[in-house]
Amino acid sequence: MKEPLLRVRDLKTYFVTERGRGTARAVDGVSFDLYPGETLGIVGESGCGKTVTSLSILRLIPEPPGHIRPGSFIEFEGRNLLTLSPPELRAVRGNRIAMIFQEPMTSLNPVFTVGDQIAEAAIVHQRLSRRAARARALEMLRLVGIPDPEARLDDYPHQLSGGICQRVMIAMALVCHPQVLIADEPTTALDVTIQAQILELLERLQAELGMAIMLITHDLGIVAGSADRVVVMYAGQVVETAPTPELFTRAQHPYTEGLMASVPRLDRPPAARLHSIPGNVPAATDWPSGCRFHPRCPYAWDKCRAEEPPLLETGGAGHTARCWLVAEPQRRMRRS
Amino acid sequence: MTPRHWAVLLALLAAAAIGALGLRAGTAGSDAARRFFRHPTAAFAVGVLLFFVLIAVCAPLVAPYDPSAQLEIVQLQNRPPSWMHPLGTDLYSRDLLSRLVFGARVSLAVGTLAMLVAVSLGAVVGLLAGYFHRWMDGVLMRLVDVGLAVPRIFLLLIAVSLWSQLPLAILVLTIGLTGWFATSRLVRAEVLSRRELAYVDAARALGAPPARVILRHVLPNAVAPLIVSAALGIGSVMLLEASLSFLGIGVAPPTPSWGNMIADGKEQIATAPWTTLSPGLAIVLVVMALNAVGDALRDALDPRREAT
Amino acid sequence: MTAWLVRRCAAAIAIVFAVVTLTFLLIHLAPGTPFVPSDERVLDPAVVDGLRRQFGLDRPLGVQYVRYVVALLHGDPGYSFSLRRPIGEVLATTVPNTLLLSGAALAIDFLLGAAIGLYQAARARHRADVVLGNATLFLYSVPTFWLGLVLVLVFGQHLAWFPVGGDRNPVLYPSLSLLGRLGDRAWHLALPALTLGLVGAGGTARFQRAALLEVAGQDFIRTARAKGLHERRIWLVHTLRNALLPLITLFGLALPFLLTGAVLIETVFSWPGMGKLAADAIFTRDYPVVTAAALLASVMVVLGSLVADVLYSVADPRIRLGKGGARA
Repeated sequence: MKEPLLRVRDLKTYFVTERGRGTARAVDGVSFDLYPGETLGIVGESGCGKTVTSLSILRLIPEPPGHIRPGSFIEFEGRNLLTLSPPELRAVRGNRIAMIFQEPMTSLNPVFTVGDQIAEAAIVHQRLSRRAARARALEMLRLVGIPDPEARLDDYPHQLSGGICQRVMIAMALVCHPQVLIADEPTTALDVTIQAQILELLERLQAELGMAIMLITHDLGIVAGSADRVVVMYAGQVVETAPTPELFTRAQHPYTEGLMASVPRLDRPPAARLHSIPGNVPAATDWPSGCRFHPRCPYAWDKCRAEEPPLLETGGAGHTARCWLVAEPQRRMRRS
Repeated sequence: MTPRHWAVLLALLAAAAIGALGLRAGTAGSDAARRFFRHPTAAFAVGVLLFFVLIAVCAPLVAPYDPSAQLEIVQLQNRPPSWMHPLGTDLYSRDLLSRLVFGARVSLAVGTLAMLVAVSLGAVVGLLAGYFHRWMDGVLMRLVDVGLAVPRIFLLLIAVSLWSQLPLAILVLTIGLTGWFATSRLVRAEVLSRRELAYVDAARALGAPPARVILRHVLPNAVAPLIVSAALGIGSVMLLEASLSFLGIGVAPPTPSWGNMIADGKEQIATAPWTTLSPGLAIVLVVMALNAVGDALRDALDPRREAT
Repeated sequence: MTAWLVRRCAAAIAIVFAVVTLTFLLIHLAPGTPFVPSDERVLDPAVVDGLRRQFGLDRPLGVQYVRYVVALLHGDPGYSFSLRRPIGEVLATTVPNTLLLSGAALAIDFLLGAAIGLYQAARARHRADVVLGNATLFLYSVPTFWLGLVLVLVFGQHLAWFPVGGDRNPVLYPSLSLLGRLGDRAWHLALPALTLGLVGAGGTARFQRAALLEVAGQDFIRTARAKGLHERRIWLVHTLRNALLPLITLFGLALPFLLTGAVLIETVFSWPGMGKLAADAIFTRDYPVVTAAALLASVMVVLGSLVADVLYSVADPRIRLGKGGARA
């Protein structure tokens, strides 16, 4: 087995809320590995902690009100990212680990040209001259498939469409050839046809450049098409991890089942109503006792209310689920 | 200054403190109040304002002397602070504390009344311009452009140079009439952002008359910025009144206002600085409190805005 | 862009024209005539008539208006009753002093204000921010003329570091060398400019802090951080560059503030400028002087906001290149 590139262990990111409202445990003991060259999908509804997890890796959580609890551990290239000094951290950000965001239009600085913004990281990290950095920026624009790249270099973000902006973001993120690309809902704000193009682009770039991708999304459809492995998050925890084919054929956690049932599928008659999970993600200040999913779970019994399940091996290779059903499969009854 | 006056002063101070703290405790349940008092200075500012309002209301009880009485023109001229005259006396041997206390009435009243004139006029103009759009908007906003182009103090200087000393009521009116331009822009912007929204359209589509649509659906949304601009407006009017009085064209002597107290003292700034310092500090304190309250109100009334 | 500039200039001219009309109407609709004030002063009716004829006040209002506008267009704002000099002459000696004072104050206002705002924003909610926040609130709330008096008391009277008034040493100035003269002028300028600048800096700092924090919360700042940029570069390049845009607007608004302050500060410091001229003219009821000063102040304000608008459009690529410029 290959060594993981990025090892996240017991990550806890809490937010102090306004006076008298307590602490929001947005990410509460998350562990997973990212292997070289793979695409790891992280899925869950909004509010489950997946974005906070991704921001925590590069320590982009605004402090205050947020803070990463001591005891959390994120290992990358033999070092704990959480204890790096500011200069050491800057040498990782944008250089070894890069990130792209959900809103490409607002994630680019409106008062600088696209070319300057792409070149900036190369100047800072690789000490390129302005001229060399500009040449590199042009090369990157070409790489991400932007038409007429020479002309785009001196454009400002407001002159470009959302899809082109996201390509620019990708060019900017990859300019230093990072080992890891964290993509936080990279296609959510875009049209469906553009979505597919961006995902294709990421796939192609991964094949060419060989970086690992952490793909954060609420859309299992995207995961099915792009990810090698999947981490399902709920209520600040990992509730299921599995290779993608395994997850889609043998999901163990009722939450994962619920997510899958809510994806429209071509292999089912269109008449069947889209299933959605009842209720909402609870507030991060007040996670339910026992299994955090039990108030919304169709199978929940006493034990689920009282005792929090650990991540249990399901028997499938690399497949774990945080659910008592794994230990007591006989309780899984068909429900109408 | 007798023990009775000291007692009244201390009682009012205590009442203001209790009032401010009580207000904070009494409204602890509401989100808006919580955002308001999250500002570290908000409770203190409310206390300061309460104190000065109480003093203004109870002026005859607090002031040990008649504010215009020349107590003893030789012995008591420009005396520094003492137990009998806690803030000292001025050139005309008048008791400064008494003048400050009665001056609070004038300064606060001028500030509040002129602000009311300005804010209500600004609200009306802003509502009309924003709601009726088209030519009315064009005309009114060009008028505002012109109004904002003349620095207010010059406009007032012209008025005073033509009418000589203005009676207090006219002064208030003039300050109010020259102070609504910015407010009307604010209200207009708020109205413009709301008038295209579905519920206003719906009300219009249902055939509600314009006046009703404005009063029921548009105005309530403009209330928050209006309240904030009112709080900040009192402060700026008080500064303006003080400036005019300082130039000798504001509140006519011997009526005490904080501005003309400073004007009275400015010639003796070297020999009797207390005559200038205490009214100035009073203005600074009240205007600071008003600005702090305005800031806190802005956060309290607009949940979208994070505290900065 | 050019069409916009032409439209913007036309609007500015229209505003100035409207101000001229407004002041003209104000004067002529005032109770009584300019030479018979509403107070107790009584002039011989024959003298009044003579004056009225002399200044053309016996003509119909329309004729007077046209004459007034034509004279203004020729750069003649009228004649001062009390100074017995053409107002144009008087303004020529006083306006440069006001511009000098306002210019120095403007520099202090924006340099100090922007620096304090930046420092506060970068340390938002820490102790330094709270302390400076209270200091700027104080400056923002203090009556300009009172601060001037206090500074005179402390630095002029007690410490005697600076002169208490005037724009030059009345006795020694003519005998000084060029350098000495410059030094003397600067020495006299220091306190009034500092007073006016400090009060302005209070507001500028508050504005700048809020603008910076607004920008600091934007997505693209998170992007800059994710790129591995130094905090200093994030604040000084990515945040400041965006927050300077609203500061340009504030620059346009600073002129009315400075000119208002000049009236008071020039009075406190006996600074021979346009503001003091206008304030003094009140007591001789020399309304043409007051009107001329107000007109000139308005022209400066309109020019200031025109300059600010043009600067803004040059500084913001979204305006410079047009909003609807999406090509791809």
